[in-house]
Amino acid sequence: MNSNQSPLVLPLAALFVAFFVAPLIVLLALSLTADTAAWTAANYVKFFTDRFNYSILWDTLFLGLKATLVCLVFGYPIAWICARASARWQSVLIFLVILPVLTSVVVRTFAWIVILGRQGILNQLALGIGLTREPLRLLYSEPGVIMVLVQVQMPLMVLPILTVLTKLDPNLADASHVLGAGEWRTLWRVTLPLSLPGVIAGCILTYSACVTAFVTQTLIGGARLIYMPLNIYQQAIGANNWPFAAAISVIFMVAVLAVVALLAMMGRRSESYGGA
Amino acid sequence: MAAPKHSLDWEAISLCLVFGALAAVAILFLVGPTLIMLLTSFTPSQSLKFPPDGLSLRWYVALLDADQMQAAAWNSLVVAFWTTVFSVVLGTAAALGIARNRSVLARACDVLFMSPLLLPALAFGFAALIFIHKLGFAPSIPFLVLGHIVVCVPFVLRTTIAALSQLDPALLDASYSLGGGRLMTFRRVTLPLIAPGLAAGAFLAFMASFDNVPVSLFLADERTEVLPIHLWQQIETNLDVRTAAVSGLIVIFTLILMLLAERLAGLTRQMR
Repeated sequence: MNSNQSPLVLPLAALFVAFFVAPLIVLLALSLTADTAAWTAANYVKFFTDRFNYSILWDTLFLGLKATLVCLVFGYPIAWICARASARWQSVLIFLVILPVLTSVVVRTFAWIVILGRQGILNQLALGIGLTREPLRLLYSEPGVIMVLVQVQMPLMVLPILTVLTKLDPNLADASHVLGAGEWRTLWRVTLPLSLPGVIAGCILTYSACVTAFVTQTLIGGARLIYMPLNIYQQAIGANNWPFAAAISVIFMVAVLAVVALLAMMGRRSESYGGA
Repeated sequence: MAAPKHSLDWEAISLCLVFGALAAVAILFLVGPTLIMLLTSFTPSQSLKFPPDGLSLRWYVALLDADQMQAAAWNSLVVAFWTTVFSVVLGTAAALGIARNRSVLARACDVLFMSPLLLPALAFGFAALIFIHKLGFAPSIPFLVLGHIVVCVPFVLRTTIAALSQLDPALLDASYSLGGGRLMTFRRVTLPLIAPGLAAGAFLAFMASFDNVPVSLFLADERTEVLPIHLWQQIETNLDVRTAAVSGLIVIFTLILMLLAERLAGLTRQMR
C-alpha cells in the first residue's frame, strides 16, 4: 500500500490514545497518590515490603512459566504433525485446535469443574482402579490450575509454531537425512532451531494469556490460591483501595512486559539463526 | 535424492510414536472436556454427574424461565455486535494504513494496536474504570463497547493485515490505470480479495467480546450484566445445572458459527 493511505490509521489511533493510553496514564498517576500526600511511592513500598504481596507476584509469574512449558511439550508435536498432514487433515486438526479457543473460557473452565471435582470423572477413575482411596484434591490446587490453563491456552502455542513449520523448506530436512542424520537428530538440529521464532511467538502469547487468566485462576484455584489478577480485583472492588490496586496493576503490567520483552529478545536472536 | 534406506528406520518410527502419542493426548485433552460438559448438560437429575443418568432436555427447558440469564445473554449479544461493527470498520481502515507501510510511525501504531493482547486485560479494565470515573461517568454499555473494541480490534487487524500483504499490488495499479478511483478500487478490488481474512477477524473479535470477562468485570454494572460474568458468579456461588445448559447452548452455537465461518471464510486457512 502506498503511504497516502496512512491517514486511515488515525481513527483507531485516536481511539487508542483516548481509551487505552489515557486510562493507563491515569492508572499510573493514581498509583502514585495516597490519602496523605499528593505524590508518593507509598503504595509501591507497601507492596514490596509485604511478603504476602510479592509472593503472589512471584507465584503468578511462575504459574505462567510452568503452564507455558507444558503447552510447549504438547503443542509442538501437534503443530509438527499438522504441518505434515494432508490439506484435508490439516483443516480438521486446526479446527479441533481452535474449537476450544472460541468456546467461552467460562464454559471450558466449568467443564473442568465437572471433571476435577470430588465426584468428577478423574476421581471416579482413580478410585475405581484403586489408585487412591480418598478422592484427590484436584480442584483448588496448583496442578489443577496448570492443567486447565494448558487446555485453555494451548491453541495460542500451536498456531504460531504451525505457521513457521508450514513455511519451512522441506529440502532442508531431506538434506539432513542425506547427510546421514536420523529423524531425531534432524528434529533437534534442523527443524527445531529453524522453528524457534514460532516457538517464541507461541510462548509470548501463551505466557501473557496464562498469567492474566482471571476466570480459570479464580474458578479452579478457589479463594485460597491467589494470583495477581484476583489480587487486583479484591483490592479494587472488595477493599475499595483504588490507589493500591492501581499500584499492583502497574507492577503486574511491568513484570509481564519484562518477561515478554525477554522472550522477544530471544526471538530476535533465533531469527538470525534461521536467516544464516 | 532419497535418503539411504535401512531395513527399518527405528529413529523415524520412534519419533512418530512419541510425537503421535503426545499429539493424541493433547487433542483428546483439548476436545474432551467440552464434550463431557455437553453430555452432562443433558442430565435429568439435580447434580452434575458424568456419565449422566439419562438424557433429557429438562434444564434447557428451564432456561426459558431464567430471566436474569436471558437479560445477560441479550446484553452480551448487543455488546459483541457493536464491538464487532466498530472493530471491523476501524480495524480495516487502520490495516490499510499499516500494511506494507515501513515507516516508523506505522510500525509504532502496529505495536500499540497489538499490545492489548499482551498486557493483562484485567489491569486495563481497571484503568478504564478509573478513567471514566475521573471523567465523571458511570459504567454503561457504550463504555463497555469502547473497552471491548480495544481488546478485540487486534484480531481484526491481524487477519486483515495478513490478507492485505498477500494482495498483489499490480491488481491495484491495474485498477488505477483503468481509471478506477480510490474508493472504487477499494470496493471492487481490495475488499473482495481481503473479505475472507476480514470475515475471519470479525468472527474472532465477536467471540472474544462475547467471552470477555476481565474488561466487563469493571465496565459492566448491575443493569448491564453480561453473560460470562453472570455465569462466572453462578459457578462461584451455587452450581446450578441450568449453568450447564447455558454452557451447552454456547458450545452448540460456537460450533455452528465455526462451521459457517469455515465454509464462508475458510477459517482454518486464516488461522495459519
